[in-house]
Amino acid sequence: MRDSPAVVAQAPEHHGPELLHHFARAEQQRDSAALGMWLFLATEIMFFGGMFCAYLIYRLWYFNEFAVGSRSLDIYMGTANTVVLICSSLTVAMGVRAAQLGKRRLLVVLLLLTILFGAAFLGVKAIEWHEKYEKHHIPGASFNVSDLMRENPQMPIDQNHEQIYFSLYFAMTGLHALHMVVGIGIFVVLTWYAWRGRYTPEYHTPIELGGLYWHFVDVVWIYLFPLLYLIDRRR
Amino acid sequence: MATAVLTGERENYLNKEYGISSWLLTTDHKRIALLYLMSVTLFFFVGGFFALLIRLELLTPAGDLLLADTYNKVFTMHGMVMVFFFLIPVVPAVLGNFLVPLMIGAKDLAFPRINLLSWYLYVIGGLIFIHCMMTGGVDTGWTFYTPFSTAFTNTKIVEAGLAVFVAGFSSILTGLNFIVTIHRMRAPGLTWSRLPLFIWAHYATALIMILGTPVVAVTILLVAVERVFHLGIFNPALGGDPLLFQHLFWFYSHPAVYIMILPSMGIVSEIIACFSRKRIFGYEFVAMSSIGIAVLGFLVWAHHMFVAGISLYSALVFSALSYLVAVPSAVKVFNWTATLYKGSISYTTPMIYALGFLGLFTMGGLTGLFLACLGIDVHVTDTYFVVAHFHYIMVGGVLMGYLGGVHFWWPKMTGRLYPEGWGRVSAVLVFTGFNLTFFPQFILGYAGMPRRYWQYPPEFQVLNVLSTAGSTVLAVGYVLPMIYFLWSLRYGKIADDNPWGAAGLEWKTSSPPTTFNFDQTPEVTWEAYNYDQIPAPAEVSFAR
Repeated sequence: MRDSPAVVAQAPEHHGPELLHHFARAEQQRDSAALGMWLFLATEIMFFGGMFCAYLIYRLWYFNEFAVGSRSLDIYMGTANTVVLICSSLTVAMGVRAAQLGKRRLLVVLLLLTILFGAAFLGVKAIEWHEKYEKHHIPGASFNVSDLMRENPQMPIDQNHEQIYFSLYFAMTGLHALHMVVGIGIFVVLTWYAWRGRYTPEYHTPIELGGLYWHFVDVVWIYLFPLLYLIDRRR
Repeated sequence: MATAVLTGERENYLNKEYGISSWLLTTDHKRIALLYLMSVTLFFFVGGFFALLIRLELLTPAGDLLLADTYNKVFTMHGMVMVFFFLIPVVPAVLGNFLVPLMIGAKDLAFPRINLLSWYLYVIGGLIFIHCMMTGGVDTGWTFYTPFSTAFTNTKIVEAGLAVFVAGFSSILTGLNFIVTIHRMRAPGLTWSRLPLFIWAHYATALIMILGTPVVAVTILLVAVERVFHLGIFNPALGGDPLLFQHLFWFYSHPAVYIMILPSMGIVSEIIACFSRKRIFGYEFVAMSSIGIAVLGFLVWAHHMFVAGISLYSALVFSALSYLVAVPSAVKVFNWTATLYKGSISYTTPMIYALGFLGLFTMGGLTGLFLACLGIDVHVTDTYFVVAHFHYIMVGGVLMGYLGGVHFWWPKMTGRLYPEGWGRVSAVLVFTGFNLTFFPQFILGYAGMPRRYWQYPPEFQVLNVLSTAGSTVLAVGYVLPMIYFLWSLRYGKIADDNPWGAAGLEWKTSSPPTTFNFDQTPEVTWEAYNYDQIPAPAEVSFAR
């Protein structure tokens, strides 16, 4: 946070088409947008934070149930998805660089790759959820974990407490997936504008901000993966 | 509001464009502030209607006006409407929206379209809530406590939760907009130490809005999920923890009290400095106390849970932290008082409201210390003592400050003066009516009358009758400004640019301001509240 006020009295240097009326300079507008995005991400951390807090409490209370639930998840798919998301963050970062250099074609390709990775992530996630659906591991009326009880005789579990684990699993991964869907929507729009040549080395704030959002959603997964999949995999 | 039409009048934000779409699609922070003004006023009267029903029911010891179940819904609707749709948005969304850009010499908030979006979210949340009320309402109390809300009540929890969820995002976006605007849009020369205290207060408020509101949003989301899918996240019968819900809920809902009171404190700082014609005493301390309240406010939530079964040790810690909040609050009160000392005081309407705020906030704050004390809290939890305490803060504090602020800036917002004589009458009515309504409730609560019951033992009747009588006085005090404000739009005397001789950039532009606020971006070379350099108006002349 700079302590000096934004200087707005100077004559506007250049009034590009993207400069909104209430800003004096492009730099002021860019700084405002970036600060706004960072603050938004702070609210997002608090939003997910409530669920992480609930996770912490119940994992301490019901460790067996959490460990057994964690073992029932498909670690290969989870790992694959982690790799996919990290790759997508790489393409986003490269995309921002391409935008800074004004390489329109490269930017579009990288944005499309990001969307592709995002969609792949959601696809894998859907397969995982479907498997849970078939095994009656989705909380609700037909929730049944007698199979997990049989598979883990050394760890006695309570069906209700197991349901809390899966409630949190679906709430957290569901909220994360919702953010992925929004992110893909944002990137579709960004790709369209990038294709139309709207972003230049002077003006590419939306790419940077969309990238920030994408990285954030990625980082959330980096926490979700160990917390949900890797609790206690020793057999 | 199309009354600014006078031929030959200067162009301003009101008469620049006409028509419904020029309002509903506006991105001008001043017009959005007026949209908010109308919507929150509507909700205030809805909430007030429920309050009146409560007071009428409690006129007699028997439950004769409402059924017990209806009474439960009435106090719940009163609480939810007033907290989520009036008190939280009222000052930031109306006066903050109008004044933050003006006070820092900016053309608009940093994100004008997001500002409009936040109003729409508020309206959508409000409409959902009105639908919820019309089709049955909720009976859990405004706090949504589990497992009653998720497993037992058959009222419309999910719909009410959705309304609060949506309105919450309106609040988050407003807070985000304020922080970015205050950081990035200040006029040249307007350093942090020259900012009006109103801005400091809104900055602190915005911090709470963006950091607290998401937590209550996700909590309500979990309540809805639990209720719809019959899960047990917060239900002890299924292994869940109802205390976890209370922790998450109060993590926001206690700081929410500071979302309400801090902006009003900002208003009071402006008014007291102006009508004492002095620089505010201890400017830096008042500014920092706002930040201090915002930070400490996040560390005291569990004092709502002393009897809920938290451990004695955490209760002790939260009790001690709750006492600490009194320090920055007292810094403010003492500094305002010191500002008054040897000031050249004029008892205008805003000043009467501000002085009323001082007295009522002090009462509310001091009784808050009673409640922070573990032993007394156990005695008075869920009694009318608590009800009286928080109404002293929320009505006595927030509403007095808000009304004072609306009077103070009415000439700037509309270009018209309100009738001063009636203004003073209303200020005195609100102050007396308020005390008559809520002071008896301290005694009732201490004597043991529990809250949230529709009938009570006959020995409590005298004090309840006093309280109900006071609420009617209070109601007159609220309706009166409604009438003369509307009257003044057409018949009020035309206001100067600076009718009070007040410091602050908002008074250096025209009344009402033009769409972009300033013809030229101002350059600030002076400290805030430089009243020694501003001549007092020879006579504040008022409309008759």
